[in-house]
Amino acid sequence: MSLTAEDKAIVKAFWAKASGRAEEVGSEALSRMLAVYPQTKTYFSHWKDLSPKSAQVKKHGKTIMAGVGEGVAKIDNLNAGLLKLSELHAFTLRVDPANFKILSLNILVVFAVLLPAEFTPEVHVALDKFLAALSRALSERYR
Amino acid sequence: MVEWTEQERSIITGIFANLSYEEIGPKALVRCLIVYPWTQRYFSSFGNLYNAEAIRGNPNVAAHGIKVLHGLDRAVKNMDNIKATYAELSVLHSEKLHVDPDNFRLLADCLTIEIAAKLGTAFTADTQAAFQKFLAVVVSALGRQYH
Repeated sequence: MSLTAEDKAIVKAFWAKASGRAEEVGSEALSRMLAVYPQTKTYFSHWKDLSPKSAQVKKHGKTIMAGVGEGVAKIDNLNAGLLKLSELHAFTLRVDPANFKILSLNILVVFAVLLPAEFTPEVHVALDKFLAALSRALSERYR
Repeated sequence: MVEWTEQERSIITGIFANLSYEEIGPKALVRCLIVYPWTQRYFSSFGNLYNAEAIRGNPNVAAHGIKVLHGLDRAVKNMDNIKATYAELSVLHSEKLHVDPDNFRLLADCLTIEIAAKLGTAFTADTQAAFQKFLAVVVSALGRQYH
């Protein structure tokens, strides 16, 4: 399920529309993940406030979407391009890679909430593939 | 036994009370067939599914989407006993239809996306949590009788 040229074009076009709201998307997706999949809260036990309005959630949402944006920019070679991020997740954060799927789903839900007209099934499938490829790149250095 | 809070119950019944089955049912199934094309394997008798346009315009797909969504009504009416309510449907999907139960999760995700798109910001994190919990119970019940 690798990204075709068309997938990449769709992802870039959608990102051009969505990136202006990246911070909103990121913090929404993160909040939803923490609410809908409470086991993900275990990675944030060092945060005082896990509510959607918290400064930490907002900041981290922005950080996550910056990573997604980096993926869009390096879409032609995600594994190599995201090596540093992979090392961070593998050796420092040690996030179970199963959680990448969970966050990806929540990002897609937020796209549907905020950009329903643009988030057609055709765009959905390209983004789903992209986020899966991104997740694989993030898992690259785990073992 | 699944425990439901009063809030969760009211969220679920609220979503279904205000749902347009004719609109959301077809959209959810169409989305599933496009986003997860391997799910088309179960619909070879439906005619033309060659591309997204064909899937969108296919009346069999639309009708089936409505049917599937109405299938959830029984779970909404029997939230405290979804496992037993769907025992027969589970056997049907396993023995007759031979559907890989992972597909239930895929369709559930597509339904979540369509509801999210419809409700917008009214589809809050708490609403999403309740709705996904409900669908997870349904998905589990539908897979229960497989052996």
